[in-house]
Amino acid sequence: MRLLVKGGHVVDPRNRLDKVADILVEDGRILAVDAGIAAECATVLDVSGKVVVPGLIDMHVHLREPGREDEETIETGTRAAARGGFVAVACMPNTDPPLDTGAAVRFVLSRARETASTKVLPVGAITKGLAGVELAEIGELCQAGAVAVSDDGHSVGDSAVMRHAMDYASMFGIPVISHAEDTRLSAGGVMNEGLWSTRLGLPGIPAASEEIMVARDICLAELTGARLHIAHVSAAGSVDLVRRAKEKGISVTCEAAPHHFALTDEAVAGYDTNTKVSPPLRTGRDVEAVREGLADGTIDAIASDHAPHTAEEKEVEYELAAFGIIGLETSLALSITELVRPGILTMGQLVERMSYAPARILRLDWPGIAPGAVANITVLDPDHEFVVDPDEFASKSRNTPYAGRHLWGRVLATIVGGKIVYQTAGGWLDSQSLS
Amino acid sequence: MPLRSKDLLGLEYLEREEIELILDTAEPCKQIFTRDIKKLPTLRGKTMVNLFYEPSTRTRMSFELAGKWMSADVTNIATSTSSVAKGESLKDTARTLQALGANFIVIRHQMAGSPHLVARTVKASVINAGDGAHEHPTQALLDLFTIRERLGRIEGLKVTIVGDIMHSRVAKSNIWGLTKLGAHVTVCGPRTLIPPGLSEMGVHVTSELDDAIAEADVINVLRIQLERQKKGLFPSTREYTELYGITRERLESCKPDVLVLHPGPANLGIEITEEVAESANAAVHEQVTNGVAIRMAVLYLLSGGGKPGEIAG
Repeated sequence: MRLLVKGGHVVDPRNRLDKVADILVEDGRILAVDAGIAAECATVLDVSGKVVVPGLIDMHVHLREPGREDEETIETGTRAAARGGFVAVACMPNTDPPLDTGAAVRFVLSRARETASTKVLPVGAITKGLAGVELAEIGELCQAGAVAVSDDGHSVGDSAVMRHAMDYASMFGIPVISHAEDTRLSAGGVMNEGLWSTRLGLPGIPAASEEIMVARDICLAELTGARLHIAHVSAAGSVDLVRRAKEKGISVTCEAAPHHFALTDEAVAGYDTNTKVSPPLRTGRDVEAVREGLADGTIDAIASDHAPHTAEEKEVEYELAAFGIIGLETSLALSITELVRPGILTMGQLVERMSYAPARILRLDWPGIAPGAVANITVLDPDHEFVVDPDEFASKSRNTPYAGRHLWGRVLATIVGGKIVYQTAGGWLDSQSLS
Repeated sequence: MPLRSKDLLGLEYLEREEIELILDTAEPCKQIFTRDIKKLPTLRGKTMVNLFYEPSTRTRMSFELAGKWMSADVTNIATSTSSVAKGESLKDTARTLQALGANFIVIRHQMAGSPHLVARTVKASVINAGDGAHEHPTQALLDLFTIRERLGRIEGLKVTIVGDIMHSRVAKSNIWGLTKLGAHVTVCGPRTLIPPGLSEMGVHVTSELDDAIAEADVINVLRIQLERQKKGLFPSTREYTELYGITRERLESCKPDVLVLHPGPANLGIEITEEVAESANAAVHEQVTNGVAIRMAVLYLLSGGGKPGEIAG
């Protein structure tokens, strides 16, 4: 079974590729990367004029299975991922039951084998029941296939528990992903504390509630030597703390979600509950800091924090609405629109933030577009302009604040292990090539 | 000029001219208090529903009288005895009221933005009677009306709002209304009860009461919710009264004709003494009376009426 990805502009900084080249794939692996490959192939993707990059990885999504299959399943969530250009997603453990046992992790992997379009990388729980009290069996979680541990959605409030988790997880070499939130400071809050929470009369969450925990976890990473990853950094102070920790040589990485560089808390005006997210949308100053952090590499990765919710959970009073924004199908376009087009990131740096960095943090074998590598490839058109229409989403949920927004950048094809798991409808493919 | 929106969700969303139109319309409405028969045909055949998720005496009764005196059919829904107690969502309740033919829905809710959700769901006119810490527009309108009636103008006046600004929808609506009409607004209270961003809204912020009231033309005293003390936002009511209570002694250091307002219900002896509340400087009871006139004006304008003179006809 051979596949030729023909005539695309290949952008892969690790393999020093920034030129037009053909990619020949055989039996799921890349056989050759070169100009003008002439080979007999079952399938030819003529992608002339388009951009070809190593497959994107979203290291922070919620697939909701098991337990909330009304919101999303592994099948629909990974279909959304493929549509968004992702070849792999790391799914968070706050399911029902949570992924705090080897059995639960094996369940997710087995459902993924049966139903998923992309790779699924389960993240195990730090503590039993995500309760923040007793450590989960992290050794068994790793053995079952967990790539990291996190109590995401909940903050590990007890510093001693977090310290032990870091010490313990470092035996297995996996990162501890921190949802950084001082829940006493944020208690009752539903949006960023500032001018807009005052204007809207909504209870605020101060940036300090995130910064305090980022600072604490950096101190614990220094104490334990463990690998700390801060999830969804939203506040300027957090970016600054991570920057200084990296300068000191502490083992810390972090990610930012597109809504934290594409929207400010002003978006809450009008009480659209699709703007309700944890951590909350922050001020223009914070957005600026997140963009700077992405530009200078302080923020290693872009991750969507795809958090599907039903209409019933969102079409209620703002204070009662569930926290969360879906992001798999808008993440790349928001990154291109808000970061690449304004010149904050080059396309090569975007590949770093959305493919290589997540792979490095999760310790995946990720050689990119190189002979011998597993063929995980994303084809995109960064100049394609479109209007976000949630009804086109593959996700089961529709909780996006971007409906009607003009964005640039469309995924044309997603190739996982040599298999085309997603391609846009509409005739750009060489017609005789699809056999 | 009629009102631009079908709803009254907050003074933030009104133009200065719309606020003035409501105040002008309330003047003839107030004449009804001097009549033997308090009944106008204006809203005959219209249905008004009071949907109150929080306890309220004066606001609910004020809306009810305003509606009844204008011949609307008025229904009250107490949420503890309705389907809400069976878990019906706000949106579904709104649809039900729509199906029952409500023309006006007056909503009081403990959560900010709830009237917006209802307004998006129904064709009826939605009037915000207080939503969380967001706005209480008819209260601010009646405060503006009372100030204008007593002092003859609003433009250029110095107005100081004292108390729990953070949790106060009355403060928020007053800030919008007063600044739009050209008053200079100062807010004063303990730092723990002052929300961020007020200076960006054109408001002077201080925690020094004596400075805040020395030159004031109007002092609007807010009710202090005693449960804020339990949450640790101030140490004791004793200290609150010491620092922010409006007493006879404090009043004597103010301008002699300073106007004192309180939205009620007051904790007499805590944020304001009874002596001050019942003094000639205070307008606490006029505020209640003016509230009915303001709500009549709002109902009239939202139902499509437009000329201030028409209503009392």
